[in-house]
This record gives sequence, structure tokens and C-alpha cells, in this order.
Amino acid sequence: MNETYDLRVGESHIEVHKFHAGTILVSLLFAVVLQSFLPVYISKAGILDLPLLITIYFGLSRRNPSSGLLLGTIIGLLQDSLSKTPLGLFGIAKTVIGYLASSIGARLDTEHPAARFALTAAFFVLHQGIVILIQKLLLAQPQSWFTMRMLVACLVNSTLGVFLYYFLDRLRKS
Amino acid sequence: MVGLPSRHRSLFLLIGVVLLQVLLLAVQIKRDSQGRLIRVWTVSAVSPVERSGAWGIGKIRDAWRHYFALSDTARQNEQLQRENGELKLEIMQLQGKSAEADRLASLLNFKQKQAKVPMVVARVIGSSADPNSNVIYIDQGQRDGIRRNMGVITPEGVVGKVIESYRDASQVLLVTDRDSGVGAMIADSRIQSPVGGTGEPLLNMKYVGNDDEVAVGARVVTSGMDRIFPKDLPVGVITLVKPGGQYKQIRVKPSASLEKLEEVIVLLTTDPVVLKQEPAPQAGNTSTAPAPGNSKPQSTSTATTAKPTDKRP
Repeated sequence: MNETYDLRVGESHIEVHKFHAGTILVSLLFAVVLQSFLPVYISKAGILDLPLLITIYFGLSRRNPSSGLLLGTIIGLLQDSLSKTPLGLFGIAKTVIGYLASSIGARLDTEHPAARFALTAAFFVLHQGIVILIQKLLLAQPQSWFTMRMLVACLVNSTLGVFLYYFLDRLRKS
Repeated sequence: MVGLPSRHRSLFLLIGVVLLQVLLLAVQIKRDSQGRLIRVWTVSAVSPVERSGAWGIGKIRDAWRHYFALSDTARQNEQLQRENGELKLEIMQLQGKSAEADRLASLLNFKQKQAKVPMVVARVIGSSADPNSNVIYIDQGQRDGIRRNMGVITPEGVVGKVIESYRDASQVLLVTDRDSGVGAMIADSRIQSPVGGTGEPLLNMKYVGNDDEVAVGARVVTSGMDRIFPKDLPVGVITLVKPGGQYKQIRVKPSASLEKLEEVIVLLTTDPVVLKQEPAPQAGNTSTAPAPGNSKPQSTSTATTAKPTDKRP
């Protein structure tokens, strides 16, 4: 099997990346464990959303909406089960993000750091929007739509995403 | 999926997966269940990793404190005699360990003073995967007798309560979480009001009327009315008092250092207990008379058996 292949969208060719065996699983578990573990030692690390960054990266790289949304579902449910939130809160949000990231990845070339920063910021805002919407509509929990913490988190996560994606690019099959 | 155009398959899959999860949410809300089985699997899978991670980080931190962090000192010591250098290294190693020893000694001291109250000391091994919730994981679980709704404290004050216990780990909701609440009262005036988390570092004292006298710096202690925490445990110190609509707006700084918790004490009972009182520290600029509750010996057991009615209407 070819290690990379092309999606033909209109006149453009977008490369679909494959990864070494177990890369996605290990990255997924690593992100969830770190997300739960890191804030114990670095309280400011609570602002990070590593599972979201992993969902976005593999969605954009794999460019298959079905696998993207399933990956988002798994990561989201794992994150839910390590939180006190009801199962499905992060599950739904990350399912949608996984789907959208893969769909956008199949249409746009998202290798440039600036594009990645902008996409991560947009997905972060959308993710927060979905989470807050579910909390307001389904769980009847009062939440504010915008906080300064959210803005800072968006910028921090987007910046970290650019570096993290660069590192994850090294794990691709060349 | 057979018969669907391929470009629509993923969209139908998305709708299906989202609907399933909405149903899952609905079931949890309706039955007040929290998908315990999935959580047990995940926590069982993750807590050993976190436990070994905590161990590894402890070792790295020790190595850092005991060796690498001394690189500047080592450079300065290059001109000193070898024996002198070795002695300094040894002193630094002892200093590194003394901080941990102090913490553990304070926990042990507290535990020995409260010998009649069943409690267990646990190490913090993880926190919530949700950045917006204030939850920690500790390395003791059902095997050590920990159950839901048990109080979690440090010698400095209230930390939170156990909201889920697994075989070898437990999940603790910190008092700063917005879903958290503690039956509390102001130590000096004995005005009772629940204290709740806001998701921020400061707590909120909710139902103190505008007519009540409250001073910044006053100590807030547990009232025992929630039947989770014994009476007169430190909760925090009032840092802000403002008049509100019907009740005062009162902010409380938690006594326990929740930002840097490493070890905690779990009270192994959900029955009312009475702790031996520590000598109360002098409150900052509180100008009122000494707290009646603090000057008395333990006469608090009756209050802890009362029903939790400390919410003012």
C-alpha cells in the first residue's frame, strides 16, 4: 500500500498522510493522560486542551471525515470519563470538531503554520461554543459565552498546536 | 450504509454518533447515573499511568533539586575544597527532603491528634481532564475504605469531597468547583451560610444578610450542617465584603493551598465526627470578641447530627 496518496478535489491534489502503526492510539492516550496529569504539577497547564489539539491534527492530516469523527468521539468520551462532566459533553463537541477538521483537511492544504494557527483557533472557539451550548441547553448549567480565560486559552492552545503539529509531522510515514 | 452516496455516509455517521451521545446525556440526566462502567474502565486504565508518572516526576524533581539545580552553586564551589563541596551537596539534599518531611510530619501530627477519627492520608496523582472543573484524583480508593461523599481535608483546612471512588483511586471535587458547597459559618459571629465554589480561586459565601456585620479578615469555619465535614474546620478567610441585593457579596480565600496539593487526608466516615480543635490563629483585622466556639472545648456533636438546613431562604 502507498504510504501517502492524493485526494483529487477539483483541480487540486491534497496529500493524505499515513502514520506509523499505533501513532494515533499512543498520541490519543498520551494527550488524555497528560491532560489529567499535568495540572497537578503545573496549575497553569489546566488551560491546555491537548485532546482537542490531537483531534484537530489527525482530522486535518487523515482527511477522512468518518475516521475523524470517530477519533473525536473516542477522545471526547475518554476526556469525559476522566472528568466530572456527563459522558457525551466533550464527546459530542469533539465528534463535530473531528468531522469538520477532516472535511476541511480534505479541501484545503493545511500544512502552513499560519493556516494551522488560524484553524486551531477557529476550532477551539467552535469547540467551546458547542460545549457551552450543550451545558446551557441540555444540562441547564449557567455558563458565560465569553471569558478572558477563554481568549487566553484559545491563543495558548493555537500557539502550542503549531509546535505540536510540527512534532507530530515527524511521526508521519515519509 | 449500503445504498447511501459515499459523500453522505460520513454525514449520516456524524448525525448518528451525535444523536447517540445526546441520548447518552439524556439517560444520565434522567437516571442521575454517570456512566460509571466507562469511567471505571478509563480510570482503571489511566490511574496506574498517573501513579507511575507521579513516581517518575517525583524522582526527576528530586534529581533536579538535588543535583541540577545546584549547578550554579557547584560552579561557585569549584574553588572550594572537595570535602566542603560534598558537605554542601549533602545539606542541599537534606533541605530538598525536609520540605516533604515537613508536609508529611504535619499530616502525621494531625492524624495522631485525631486518633479516634478514621482517616487515611492520600497522595494527589491527577486532576480533571476538563479544564473548567476543579477535580483531583488521589491514589487511595475503595480498597482503602474510601466511599462517595467522604470529606477531604488538609491540616490547613477543607479541600473537598469524594465524588467517586474506584478500586485504587478516588475522584475528589474541590471546594472551588462551581458545583461544590460546604456548610460554613463565620468563626467569630457564628453567622451560618453555605460557602460555594465559583470555578475561580476564591469561594462565595452566599446567604449572609445585608444587616449582618461581617469584617474582612474574619475566619470562616465549617458548620457541620452538611454532614460531610466536622464542625469548626477552617474553610478560609473573608477577603471581600460588599452589600448586595438581598444578601452580602462575600468572597472567601480557601485556607488549604488548593493550587499545590500533594497530600490530603480523607475522613473515612460519612457519619458526623468531632475533631480535636487546633489553636485558632489570630484573624487579620477582625476586631470583634474572641470566637465563642473556639474558646470552648468540644461541645459540637449535637450540631453535626442536625439536618443540613444551613441555607437561608
